[in-house]
Amino acid sequence: MFFNEEFETLPRQALEAVQLKRLQSTLERVYANVPFYKASFDSAGIKPSVVNCLADLQKLPFTTKQDMRDSYPYGLFAAPMDEIVRIHASSGTTGKPTVVGYTQKDISTWSELMARSFVAAGAHKGDIIHNAYGYGLFTGGLGAHYGAERLGASVIPISGGNTKRQIMIMQDFGSTVLTCTPSYSLFMAEEAQAEGIDFQKLKLRVGIFGAEPWSEEMRGEIEQKLNLTAIDIYGLSEIMGPGVAIECIEAKSGLHIWEDHFIPEIINPETGELLPEGERGELVITTITKQGIPLIRYRTRDITSLTYEPCICGRTHARIARMSGRSDDMLIIRGVNVFPSQIEAVLVSIEGIEPHYMLIVDRQGTMDTLTVQVEVSEHLFSDEIKVLQALSRRVEKEIKDMLGVTCTAKLVEPKTIQRSEGKAKRVTDNRKLS
Amino acid sequence: MKVEQISIFIENKSGRLAEITRILGEAGINIRALSLADTSDFGILRLIVNDGVKANAVLKEKGFTVNMTEVVAVEVPDRPGGLSAILQALDRDAINVEYMYAFVERCGGNAVIIFRFDETDKAIATLNAQNFNMLEGNRLYNM
Repeated sequence: MFFNEEFETLPRQALEAVQLKRLQSTLERVYANVPFYKASFDSAGIKPSVVNCLADLQKLPFTTKQDMRDSYPYGLFAAPMDEIVRIHASSGTTGKPTVVGYTQKDISTWSELMARSFVAAGAHKGDIIHNAYGYGLFTGGLGAHYGAERLGASVIPISGGNTKRQIMIMQDFGSTVLTCTPSYSLFMAEEAQAEGIDFQKLKLRVGIFGAEPWSEEMRGEIEQKLNLTAIDIYGLSEIMGPGVAIECIEAKSGLHIWEDHFIPEIINPETGELLPEGERGELVITTITKQGIPLIRYRTRDITSLTYEPCICGRTHARIARMSGRSDDMLIIRGVNVFPSQIEAVLVSIEGIEPHYMLIVDRQGTMDTLTVQVEVSEHLFSDEIKVLQALSRRVEKEIKDMLGVTCTAKLVEPKTIQRSEGKAKRVTDNRKLS
Repeated sequence: MKVEQISIFIENKSGRLAEITRILGEAGINIRALSLADTSDFGILRLIVNDGVKANAVLKEKGFTVNMTEVVAVEVPDRPGGLSAILQALDRDAINVEYMYAFVERCGGNAVIIFRFDETDKAIATLNAQNFNMLEGNRLYNM
């Protein structure tokens, strides 16, 4: 099933022709309208007219999150303010938020891409979409909302939080599709269990989860606990919001990135050089239809790989692999690169361990230490010390075996690790690195 | 011959024992015997109470991890070598003691040892054969 069959299945050559044309016009526009890009292209000695094929894209300089902060709030907008109909912003955990603006056409494009994403995930007109992404400056809520409306589904704009009420509404309103962060879905499952509500009896069929990295193992856990098919969605506010890329329900293997609107590249995050197909590195995206705030070679900081292999669903758009972390979430512990998602994958593979964990990084003298806090569920608990100590040692050994990093596993009481109704916080870094 | 014991996982941080005993007290539950096993990070509180099912329920409701295990309560004659005789009998039959703790019976004045064995039924058979006195759960709960 497709939402826009013509464009979703465009033969590769035709798709690339569309990309080039749209890229060229985007470059002309940002060069003319955004002083930052004029300065950046000029200092690299490049005129937009030198881009004659898609490969020429790599001659252009990157745009970074810092560039967006330096242009706070509206410096990178390419459309006049009287054409901007919506403003979103990132959470801004590390200083000023990054601000994005949308024209009417941008909102329309976003709605379509999100509607395409819903269809790829197996949703259709007639579905009742329970949208538990936060509404507000965060793009999740409104992005999914407009897509659901464009699809013609019934959307419940419940937003995040108030979990008991969420579950009641899901049950009473007969929600068939759930959209939220993966960690929040598991929190819902936990709350439902405490309330004596059985997810097996709800009508949920599909869950579309994103906004934070998660693992294949966590998918298994969510599918089992919520009794639905869990689909990974990708997006970021700088590029658009949710719906930049999504898994198709047919393959559930990699996320199709809507290439008629975005050009993806994978680079080595250290050197900036382009990596060949299939290699893991940082995802870089160029928007080729956005009007409000087009971005050229934006460094997403997300780590993934890219494949152009044909997919069984019939879509011709390239697929990015499940995000394995962020280049800025990456912890370097005694010289070993560690992504929280890798630790999560190890934990979830140990039977009985809840996917709620916290990583605490500290430095004793010159040595980094990693403590992995794991909740002791009833399945794991024993009245014998040696059984619990064996469990700690098993966690330590599996992490050492899989990631090559030594850690201390610390068992903690259930539900003491902070639950999140949005993005889960998994790491506390107490090292004073300056 | 088996006695229900409840075990509670406790993180090593201040106030947890006080919290557990407060919850049990407010639920009208009386503690008969207890032992606390501890490591640097966590502890396991093991209790014999007058109403194990209720204790289990109220603690779970408050978010504690609790489980119930079967242990054996053996009366130890109050004379030198009393405990040794019991342990020797168990050793002869190759039964392992996972842990044990003692308290003094209120009426008889004998010591009572709570044992957790690796093979509970086999241990009971051995103790029976040697005529050691084991206390029924009900007698302990209602002591």
